[in-house]
Amino acid sequence: MKPNAGSPGSVDNKTSDRVDLSRRRAIQSGGLAIAFLWLGGGGVAQAMINARRQPGDAAAALADGNPPFAPNAFIRIDTDGAVRLVMSSAEMGQAIYTGSSMLLAEELGVGLDQITVEHSPASDELYGTPMLGGQITGGSTSTRSTWQVLREAGAVARTMLISVAAEQWHVDPSTCTVDRGVVHHTVSGRSLGFGELASAAGKLPMPDKVQLKDPKDFQLIGKPMRRVDSADKVKGATQFGIDVRLPGMKIAVVKACPVLNGKLAKVDDKAARAIPGVVDVIRIDDAVAVVGDNFWVAKQGLDALDITWHPGENANLTTQQLRDALVESSLNGKSIIAREVGSRPADGTVVESQYQSPMLAHATMEPLNATVFVTSDKCEIWVGSQVPARVLSTAAKITGLSEDKVIVHNQYLGGGFGRRLETDSPEQAVAFAKQMSYPLKVIWTREEDIRHDRVRPMYHDRISAVLDANGRPVWYGYRTSGGTVLGRFAPGAMGKDGLDSDAIECAIEPPYDIPNVKVEWIRHDMPPGLVVGWWRGVGSTHNLFVIESFMDELAHHAGKDPLEYRRALLQKNPRTLAVLNLAAEKIGWGSSPLPSRVARGIALGEPFGSRVCAIVEVEVTAQGEVRLRRAVVSLDCGIGVNPSSIEAQIQGGLLFGLSAALYNEITIKDGAIEQGNFYDYRVLRINETPLIEVHRVENNEAPGGLGEVGTAIAAPALANAIFAATGVRLYKLPVDRSLLVQDAAALKSVVSAAAASDGRMAP
Amino acid sequence: MLSLSVNGESHSVDVPPDMPLLWVLRDVIGLTGTKFGCGIAQCGACTVHLDGQPVRSCVLAVGSIGSKAVTTIEAIGDTPSGQKIQQAWLDADVVQCGYCQSGQIMSATALLKRSPNPTDAEIDAAMSGNICRCATYVRIRAAIKQAATGKPEGMQTIVTAPEGAAS
Repeated sequence: MKPNAGSPGSVDNKTSDRVDLSRRRAIQSGGLAIAFLWLGGGGVAQAMINARRQPGDAAAALADGNPPFAPNAFIRIDTDGAVRLVMSSAEMGQAIYTGSSMLLAEELGVGLDQITVEHSPASDELYGTPMLGGQITGGSTSTRSTWQVLREAGAVARTMLISVAAEQWHVDPSTCTVDRGVVHHTVSGRSLGFGELASAAGKLPMPDKVQLKDPKDFQLIGKPMRRVDSADKVKGATQFGIDVRLPGMKIAVVKACPVLNGKLAKVDDKAARAIPGVVDVIRIDDAVAVVGDNFWVAKQGLDALDITWHPGENANLTTQQLRDALVESSLNGKSIIAREVGSRPADGTVVESQYQSPMLAHATMEPLNATVFVTSDKCEIWVGSQVPARVLSTAAKITGLSEDKVIVHNQYLGGGFGRRLETDSPEQAVAFAKQMSYPLKVIWTREEDIRHDRVRPMYHDRISAVLDANGRPVWYGYRTSGGTVLGRFAPGAMGKDGLDSDAIECAIEPPYDIPNVKVEWIRHDMPPGLVVGWWRGVGSTHNLFVIESFMDELAHHAGKDPLEYRRALLQKNPRTLAVLNLAAEKIGWGSSPLPSRVARGIALGEPFGSRVCAIVEVEVTAQGEVRLRRAVVSLDCGIGVNPSSIEAQIQGGLLFGLSAALYNEITIKDGAIEQGNFYDYRVLRINETPLIEVHRVENNEAPGGLGEVGTAIAAPALANAIFAATGVRLYKLPVDRSLLVQDAAALKSVVSAAAASDGRMAP
Repeated sequence: MLSLSVNGESHSVDVPPDMPLLWVLRDVIGLTGTKFGCGIAQCGACTVHLDGQPVRSCVLAVGSIGSKAVTTIEAIGDTPSGQKIQQAWLDADVVQCGYCQSGQIMSATALLKRSPNPTDAEIDAAMSGNICRCATYVRIRAAIKQAATGKPEGMQTIVTAPEGAAS
């Protein structure tokens, strides 16, 4: 698939593209994105974001206040000079609204204080990205897949505004400049604001060729800029989906059958209806909702229901059954070979290990919710979604309305992490709301949110290597087994022989120089109703845990330092070697002895088109508690649009991954998810947070992904640090503290003595 | 009818006395800056002040409040500590998704008011009841120190405020 397919214009792009192409193809994409790239254009919509006006633009601009100048789907300039930027991606905390605004504003010639941002309407045609084949925010692709188009979109608008001014002044457009929303002709001292030029610019044809700024002239790109959404967020003024309030709106609290795939049998709602403020009790196939004047009364009503469920085929399902079946598949299932180079040597030392990764929930801070108003000829939905166009098309199917009768008002997302790539919650809300004559806000409690999550799949991975006499791997074998997210989310994107390219992301081509390789995937579907979903890194997050833990095992076998062992295998991969060296230098690897049971672990990888190294320093108490003391992360993400957001994403992403590695596992008993709130789905808190330094290798390569990069590299750095501190290799996540107890006597000593100093490094 | 003082204004609300303050604020009075995260005082997203003390409004029965003054995120900027904290939050660019930040700022403001120059241990004690799934904790710590000392934290990226931005 070509980026910008169908674009009539061209662009002078000053950013060089010097990376070795064969390697680049593998590294440029990641997770969700890689599959779509490998599609080669088959099976997905061809209409994609474009810097220039498209057929659907007129209607979109009309619905957006009909501004006089709307040269593309991203820029609206009104006659008063107001500049409104329409955001192609969803904002879930990753600061894409700021990054996208910087790219547009840089080329347009306005400051970030001169723009306002708008959520985009649902449209694959106008906001679908070539990397994901639709209006989808995920896979750490937003900057990678839009940075060129958005810059060009800004340049198209600037070119048109200059054309109008130059024609009025009868001067050569190349003698005009733009600064902060004003076109200047310095020689004659004349100026015209964007507002004065907007109407005439709106009548011009699209320019064929536009000139992008030379990176040395950037005013915004590359500077650490404050987020465009911070000011409202610190005042509680930002509207998230859950904050939507409409005239006549009622609130519904839901309970779906706790047993996965179970159905609703019957409900006795007498007691609920007797509660003042309860308005109605409504049913769908697998869930019931109580409608009230407010959340509290609706929740009281829900608790007063006497519900009978049909649990169905999953009634006796347990995590152990799932795990046993997965292990059996990993031995005897049908494997799909993702990559095979050379063959396994007969001689040499064989090292083999098996690793297990658990199911994980997302637990976004904003529980899932959607507000829906269905009338006879219209369906309006207010929801924070990573896939607004998918929400629209599924709502059309449920209501029977044509797609042009459905309007999706996207909102700020109180966390996404892949959970809001799914449409299950808005679909359920539409199914409830179409029974009602008023707008209905459907809210999931925290318990509902976790018990009906679409979990990150569990995995069972077998990894092996053959080492030569020096301990270097001459062969690497990887067999990963698990469910497929991609196979459900975008079946058309599955690869050759039904390969899920996300499942082997980061495993198919590790950064190291290993001559012979065999990488296989065994598809092991979960029972119906146990729907597996995207998470903050899926394939890469679990594969990097396995591979980087195993690299440490190999170093240990070879009797080498884990840093030196990796360095020796990276001599043909200078960009990634530079990242490793930077992290080692910044933490002072090997420079001074550390206390007993305090140690550092390295993890290195190339997830989501970036290169990243994390070194985590931990203390493991005699009782087996793990304290995070310090972390250093180095990163090569190519061109950095906003260094402040890069630092924030890496810090937050790393902690998200450490939180999961330390604490998280979704388990199933009697067919239902056992966890339900933060007391049994523990997440990392500030008192457990170490200082995290982020350092970059800066260059002008194309941007890499960011949102999931820190998460993907967290668990192996932690596991390797724990091994270095205790000698215990962790083959299973989350961390099992009972394995880390120093000796039986330690458990008898007073835990608080060890906790007197938490050992965290002072900033 | 209950009478409730919220952000300096008196509200008469017709709700049962066991209804948590959170839902009175959000669904009855219409102040949606205070957030629902867990419903059981585990996450801190619903933190408000009661006579200046941070409390979890999701488990606070509205009938138990009496004449105590409720302050929410919408008005915390009118207090000197709240103003300092909000400005430090902007200077360190703490927020990511932002959903938990109302509660974080309410907890941090209460901390700064009672301990103008808090240690790491005090920050941990005051802030460990507030979960942030984006894990903005490194910058929360930096921002609290910055609010206390007026000086930017060493490791923190210094952000450039948009010129003339409303903040």
